[in-house]
Amino acid sequence: MSVSTVTKDQFKAFVSALVGSDQKVVGVQAKGDKFAFGELIDADDLRLDYDVTILPPKKYMLPQKETLLQFEVGGAAQTVEKGVRKVLLGVHPYDMVAINQMDELFSQGEYDTHYMNRRKNTTIVACDVVTPSENVFASSMNTATCDKGFDILLTDIGDSYVVDAPTDKGQALVAMMDGAAEATDADLDKRKAVQEKNIADLNKHELECKPSYLPKLLEKAYEHPVWEEKARLCYSCGSCNQVCPTCYCFDVQDEVEWDLKSGCRYRAWDGCLLENFATVAGDHNFRKKRADRFRHRLYRKGKYVPSKIGGQIACVGCGRCVSACTAHIANPVDVYNTILETTELS
Amino acid sequence: MVKNPYQPINAHIVDVIDESSTIKSFVVKPDEPIPFKTGQFVELTLPGEGEAPFTPSSSPNQSDQMEITIMKAGRVTSLLHDCKKGQPVGIRGPYGNGYPVDTFTGKEVYIVGGGVGLAPIRSLLLTLIDRIKDFKRVVCRFGARTPEDFIYKDTLFGQWQKIGGLEIKLTVDKSNGQWDGNVGVVTTILKSDDVDIQNAVAVVCGPPIMMKFASMDLVEKGFKSEDIYLSMEKNMSCGIGKCGHCMLGKYYVCKDGPVFTLNQIKEYPDIWD
Repeated sequence: MSVSTVTKDQFKAFVSALVGSDQKVVGVQAKGDKFAFGELIDADDLRLDYDVTILPPKKYMLPQKETLLQFEVGGAAQTVEKGVRKVLLGVHPYDMVAINQMDELFSQGEYDTHYMNRRKNTTIVACDVVTPSENVFASSMNTATCDKGFDILLTDIGDSYVVDAPTDKGQALVAMMDGAAEATDADLDKRKAVQEKNIADLNKHELECKPSYLPKLLEKAYEHPVWEEKARLCYSCGSCNQVCPTCYCFDVQDEVEWDLKSGCRYRAWDGCLLENFATVAGDHNFRKKRADRFRHRLYRKGKYVPSKIGGQIACVGCGRCVSACTAHIANPVDVYNTILETTELS
Repeated sequence: MVKNPYQPINAHIVDVIDESSTIKSFVVKPDEPIPFKTGQFVELTLPGEGEAPFTPSSSPNQSDQMEITIMKAGRVTSLLHDCKKGQPVGIRGPYGNGYPVDTFTGKEVYIVGGGVGLAPIRSLLLTLIDRIKDFKRVVCRFGARTPEDFIYKDTLFGQWQKIGGLEIKLTVDKSNGQWDGNVGVVTTILKSDDVDIQNAVAVVCGPPIMMKFASMDLVEKGFKSEDIYLSMEKNMSCGIGKCGHCMLGKYYVCKDGPVFTLNQIKEYPDIWD
């Protein structure tokens, strides 16, 4: 399938048409002095030049709170199926990589119908980064660009976007873009330049090893003093978990309606930094110490999850946790580099 | 269409058995049979209140109903303790790996249990008793706080004492005056046992502190860490290896466990906390 080019005006006309279609359209918009994914009402509000969104787009596949089933108290439980088709506009490559990882995690082993149904109903229009955020380190994590998962990848080359549409869903959208023409060699060269620049520049924090070394590095770091040193300052607020595109832990709870007759089972985001995350009946907490919880997050990103997804590191370098952490301790690069300084790599 | 993995099978409680002051067994009959392997667990739903993971204490050979032994320890378990016969509940599962009983064939099976930890052990024991001749011998070393705190008293003090090939020794932390057995934590009765270590496996289930010291004693006795099986109960919330609550190091207890060998998990020093 060929790659096309559309002017920004033509693209805006396309977004306007899309907003008026039967699909829900979600796009990146300004929110105060930051940016957020939200339902797009007006094509003028779409900001593909954003640096980073407050929350990653995972909330459209794994909502903060989601009903898993409804029940009558003392009666049968019913599965709730909601199939809303939607288009996500403006997913950055690092977030695309995170979604690809989640797709693998939620479909492997026991197939999670709720996540996967939402994912299948979602068309993703990704875009290469135009403005690097203050804490991005995607270059260090090899996620400054992406090569799969999206239905369309847009690259801003000045007055136009280069439009790569490798899927049928993407091609269907391109068909709606009046004025889309086959990309010229010059356009493709410009796209290449943008991507090469991002590969070099999205690196406000530099990991001093290849990410693929992390699982091995962490094999020797379980007792490293860095966990205690950093966690001394941790408020256990869970902000690092909540803003992370690869954190997907959740809790399953039941809720009864006011009539005490019907209710629902839902799941809601949870976070391994929160104090009671690993507490079981009888108040046994298997990760009572802050340092244990702090270590768990960085082991999960650098070792545990990678072992389930073919070695891919479950930190995509978006830098959101670095910005969200009020104690300035969440930066994975800081922690991994500290361990690197004192640990021999073979 | 793919099945919603969170959908429980409707069931109801057909009997409630008082085991001790804090522990009850519930006989639960699901609308359709739920086959399980001994040592696997299920999520038991109390509609409107939530669900919690339990390893059935009954034999897997009895598939139309299962027994679940529950200590009153938290919110859901307290509510379950108030339940009577006829209470509708839900069950989903089974989840996890279970005990590798087939690999125990021909060996000495050395079982150490404490408190409500006897629940999964009872299921295992019933499985072993069904084919007791397949094993060199089955040795049980169980502890409880006081004699009244033992669960499954009828079989523990009665029928099981008479089964050839099954050797049970009990201990209590505190005697009630009429107890003529050993007094002391369960590890105090392990030392004098003569076990053919090269041809034995150990199974441990109980409170974390007991599992820690029992494991240490078993290693000291000469058991290889890959021959010591531990039931690691954690906060298994989704049961299908997604939600992250039950992670123990790199493992999801709900998928990779709940039965682990000591060898698999000994590198994580905080497993007993």
